[in-house]
Amino acid sequence: MDAHAKPDAGGSVAGAAGSAIPHDSSHLHVSGEATYTDDIPEPRGVLHLAVGMSTRPHARIVAMDFDAVRRAPGVVEVLTADDIPGDNNCGPVVADDPILAPGLVQYVGQAVFAVAAHTVEQARKAVALARIEYEDLEPVLDIPTAIATGSFVLPTETLERGDTAAALDKAAHRLRGELALGGQDQFYLEGQIALALPREDGDLFVYSSTQHPGEVQHLVAHSLRRHSKDVVVECRRMGGAFGGKESQAALIACIAGLMADRTRKPCKLRLDRDVDMLMTGKRHDFIIHYDVGFDDNGRIEGIDFMFASRCGMSADLSGAINDRTMFHCDNAYYLPNVKILSHRCKTHTVSNTAFRGFGGPQGMFGIEYAIDDIARYLRKDPLEVRRANYYGVGQRNVTPYQQVVDDNILEEITQKLVRTSDYAERRAEVREFNAQSPVLKRGLAFTPVKFGISFTATHLNQAGALLHVYTDGTVHLNHGGTEMGQGLFTKVAQVVADELQIDVERIKITASDTSKVPNASATAASSGTDLNGKAAQAAAQTIKARLTRFAAEHFRVAESAVVFRNNAVQAGDATVSFAELAKMAWFARVPLSSTGFYSTPKINYDRSTFSGRPFYYFAYGAAVSEVIIDTLTGEYRTLRVDILHDCGRSLNPAIDMGQIEGGFIQGVGWLTSEELWWNDQGELKTHAPSTYKIPVCSDVPEDFRVEILESGLNREDTVFRSKAVGEPPLMLGLSVFYALRDAIAAVGPDGCLPGLRAPATPEAVLAAVSAVRATQ
Amino acid sequence: MSNHRTDRIRFILDGTVIELRNVDPTRTVLQYLREDLHRTGSKEGCAEGDCGACTVVLAEVGKDNRLHARAINACIQFLPTLDGKELLTVESLRGSDGSLHPVQQAMVNCHGSQCGFCTPGFVMSLFALYKNAQSPSRVTIDNALAGNLCRCTGYRPIVDAARAMYGCASERSDNWLLAACSSGPASSDEKRRVERLQSIQHGDTVALEYGAKRYFAPRSCNELAELLGAWPDARLLAGGTDVGLWVTKQHRELDTVIYTGRVTELCGQGVADDAINIGAAVTLAEAMPLLLRHFPALHELLLRFASPPIRNAGTLGGNVANGSPIGDSMPALLVADACLRLRSANGTRELPLAKFYLDYQKNALRTGEFVEQIIIPLPSAGDELRTYKISKRFDQDISAVCGAYRLRFDDDGRIVEARIAYGGLAATPRRAHRCEAVLQGALPSTDLTHKAQQALREDFEPISDMRASDQYRRQVAGNLLQRLFMDISAAQSGAELTGIYEYGRAREA
Repeated sequence: MDAHAKPDAGGSVAGAAGSAIPHDSSHLHVSGEATYTDDIPEPRGVLHLAVGMSTRPHARIVAMDFDAVRRAPGVVEVLTADDIPGDNNCGPVVADDPILAPGLVQYVGQAVFAVAAHTVEQARKAVALARIEYEDLEPVLDIPTAIATGSFVLPTETLERGDTAAALDKAAHRLRGELALGGQDQFYLEGQIALALPREDGDLFVYSSTQHPGEVQHLVAHSLRRHSKDVVVECRRMGGAFGGKESQAALIACIAGLMADRTRKPCKLRLDRDVDMLMTGKRHDFIIHYDVGFDDNGRIEGIDFMFASRCGMSADLSGAINDRTMFHCDNAYYLPNVKILSHRCKTHTVSNTAFRGFGGPQGMFGIEYAIDDIARYLRKDPLEVRRANYYGVGQRNVTPYQQVVDDNILEEITQKLVRTSDYAERRAEVREFNAQSPVLKRGLAFTPVKFGISFTATHLNQAGALLHVYTDGTVHLNHGGTEMGQGLFTKVAQVVADELQIDVERIKITASDTSKVPNASATAASSGTDLNGKAAQAAAQTIKARLTRFAAEHFRVAESAVVFRNNAVQAGDATVSFAELAKMAWFARVPLSSTGFYSTPKINYDRSTFSGRPFYYFAYGAAVSEVIIDTLTGEYRTLRVDILHDCGRSLNPAIDMGQIEGGFIQGVGWLTSEELWWNDQGELKTHAPSTYKIPVCSDVPEDFRVEILESGLNREDTVFRSKAVGEPPLMLGLSVFYALRDAIAAVGPDGCLPGLRAPATPEAVLAAVSAVRATQ
Repeated sequence: MSNHRTDRIRFILDGTVIELRNVDPTRTVLQYLREDLHRTGSKEGCAEGDCGACTVVLAEVGKDNRLHARAINACIQFLPTLDGKELLTVESLRGSDGSLHPVQQAMVNCHGSQCGFCTPGFVMSLFALYKNAQSPSRVTIDNALAGNLCRCTGYRPIVDAARAMYGCASERSDNWLLAACSSGPASSDEKRRVERLQSIQHGDTVALEYGAKRYFAPRSCNELAELLGAWPDARLLAGGTDVGLWVTKQHRELDTVIYTGRVTELCGQGVADDAINIGAAVTLAEAMPLLLRHFPALHELLLRFASPPIRNAGTLGGNVANGSPIGDSMPALLVADACLRLRSANGTRELPLAKFYLDYQKNALRTGEFVEQIIIPLPSAGDELRTYKISKRFDQDISAVCGAYRLRFDDDGRIVEARIAYGGLAATPRRAHRCEAVLQGALPSTDLTHKAQQALREDFEPISDMRASDQYRRQVAGNLLQRLFMDISAAQSGAELTGIYEYGRAREA
């Protein structure tokens, strides 16, 4: 009997699916031992890089003089676009993202050149010594100018169902709105970083803090005019990413790779926080117009949307992001006649990119605003109007893109949350408070979330895993997903532990590595566990099947009589530990290593018509938030939040809870204190935590009641029937925005429609209050 | 008269006395830890003291001969200022048997880490809390963590850990690290640590040379004046919470740095001659209790003044001398009629703070002169003092507008003295003289508020920037006058009126 195994027919393995075990690295996080890219012991002769950035939004580079840079202490090399042997591109979809500006700069902060020196300080100081002469060109700095001048990174798209114009004309009531919605910096705590090591024969090994090692590998190889086989990319963990290291990490890795190749020295590029925020993309800001027709109950008969996003200077992932905006401007609501126009504006600002929700939050913001307006106009509780518009069950259940919503649990969630949050009583309390309080006003809002799970680009919905079983029964686990804090590695290990029926401690979780699992999709779209969990499970099942066959033969029982349970394997009357069986199988020359592969079933989607089934299933949730505002200053506090969220059958309730709460607060930050502010020269002036304010501890309400839907169960065959949880909770933060709007409305008469821009900073709230007062 | 000089610094790390010569005066503690010692637990998240990923703890022996712990930001603390202190980093907390510290264990148990990058900083801020508070309320926890940003968790599990950590401690331990805050006698481990720290205290002036750079840490005002005379271009360094950024962000070379933190006279504070006297090197954290005792109305402002690691390093003198238009102490000091005692080799002079600021980042300091003391007259009976800070985020944010008000009423309710000052509305913090003139001698009324608001619009021409538009600044500055009279009348009628910051939250006992 293996000493480590604890066979116990009645119990279950440690870390089985559904158990709330801590994050696999938590003991390393708290002791400072978790190794991030900048913590890896630096190889001999390492050079440190810094990047010289454009100071102009749109200009031709007339001349560059690096004499002083080269003479600066410690400087070893200067790299410009001319020195790139291969493709000068790090764009993920369209090749329009230069690594180093090729004679034309298109935003303030764009990488123009890189310097290698012996220390970080030397490199950063030397960068400032470059003399670059520009010839300014006319910049496009905002969305309205882009629309007016037809400046787009990608063609405008339209999705229409029914006859919207006719529905609007016929409707009993009609409202129009024009909304301004700000962007958001990912503000991962660990800035962008890569360490590139030259290897023999011109090969490169790159440590990259990236959600997409495979793409970094391809782009680094191509920039060097080499092949994917020549480059290996590894990432054990990121200090946060939130979409910001999906495509953007490639720029940093490419620069490090190019310099390493040129100098034949290990090269590390770690962006300073300010450089990171100036140089890398953010959540898209939007201008949204809507024109909605509805009946006396507030039920929408037709809605005409115009979404225009600031994509920045290149396409990056803006195509898929804006598609997702179109797919989510229904949120939880059936829109019988709908027209969605989506402009992807090109501006001379940083190229915007993925951020948790990936365009979905902006779509939802639009429809929630329209519904809020409808309710206020009809003098109804917004919740009542929201419910009147919910997708139906068996009817009114087809999305604008022709997918049938067949897993709708909106009413179940709503009924439960309305009850547990005492929504009705508190609505009355708020009204009473506001009637008596002239300066402080309270607001309450309930907002639902329905979020589609899958990459909308169907081909990305695949994953691979690699699993080795050693003769002591321990397991080496690898898959194409990356760990950014979301607990993916823990959850996938739990899946394998459960499948093989061994304690999770017996599984070594290993770094994402392009040489172990090739061509992996980005860890994005909330799909990490769905895809990689299934792939790892498949690998485990392959090995389990081989071991089962072997045990059946060895113990002369039917395969059906071989049972894996709690670190042991039962074969008829015989019981051996998992480790023993592994050793026996090895002696018998049974292969103990396997890959696993998964591709999401059922999905199909035709982008040319925006129709089909882009999503395998939907995740649902809802939040009730209550706020108080000071109508003299616009300041506010969130007083109480109630959340009910659907994780299917949760693989790890503790980790899922962390995603729900963390996502919610991040969403609240987006819509409240996080303001990106550019001056009229196209310079971003909020590029550090001193000026860009993400939520802190005191912004989190003391009364914060978060529940995972107990009856949650994915109707589709996902890994252990769980649901993706990375992105959907972010949009629960909308409830705080609409609670603020509710409080502002209390300043005016019933039926007033306060215009509140997002982010709803104290300034924005005061402006809305003043506007409401001015109309009285 | 020059003091004896030493060319080395000594501090304690993990029980070992570290002695350094040839120290770059502006090398940060974080650079030293990560790059020199390859001790990479402490992280760089912003290099400006705003995210807390680099938080470490300094332990020093107090006047009570006990060991006191305070969190600071390693990213902007210059290495030579560690002289005479014990440095604790996240690596210091694990037991020799590898066991996690109660704070670390609570973070694991409560699922307080996700990506883990901010976690070492949180652990150290929680450790400081563990050593300084016993059963912290939510407000105390929020305050202790105000300087730490987490982007993953939404903070709830970290708050849980802050409560659970006391329960994770094994029974009373002889290990000072493991013992939570208590009023009990010092353990033998604490005594050992105190002795070790005492063994590296010295009365010498630290004088380091590093290439062409120099660092001095004098012990007396005379010597400081002398050094400033000899090195007129020297940069005075107090908490380094601003100067640190010149180095980490602007990559400026500071050739000569004179540290004020070891000058005995500058480190004292007290009440004398009906005034609070605060030495220029007294940290904000040290000054707060004294200020609050006499000016309880500053409670919210001081709670929201930067973050604990910044307040633990930054000084009131530095905030005042720096003279930023958005510095949070000055509006209150201006309405309190505070004075500065300025000192140079030629002697001392006193200058009202209102006359200290000449223009944007220009003040009345002469060459070779430094701020020695801030003198704040005690409030008179009948004084109504209020301060309001308006920013995008309540904690650890820079003011869009900061208003301070002191009104003295006579028995008839007439305003006999009005002092109004604002930060964020002009190139320097300054008084609103036109507004004051309107209020002087008047009886509060809605009409008076309107007139005062009108006058205020003539007092200031604010600008628009990333923190706020000129229009918002103007509007809020005026609205705050309305808030002021509401608050005063509520207080006079005994009605409780809490500001939005504390709404619905239990204030600390």
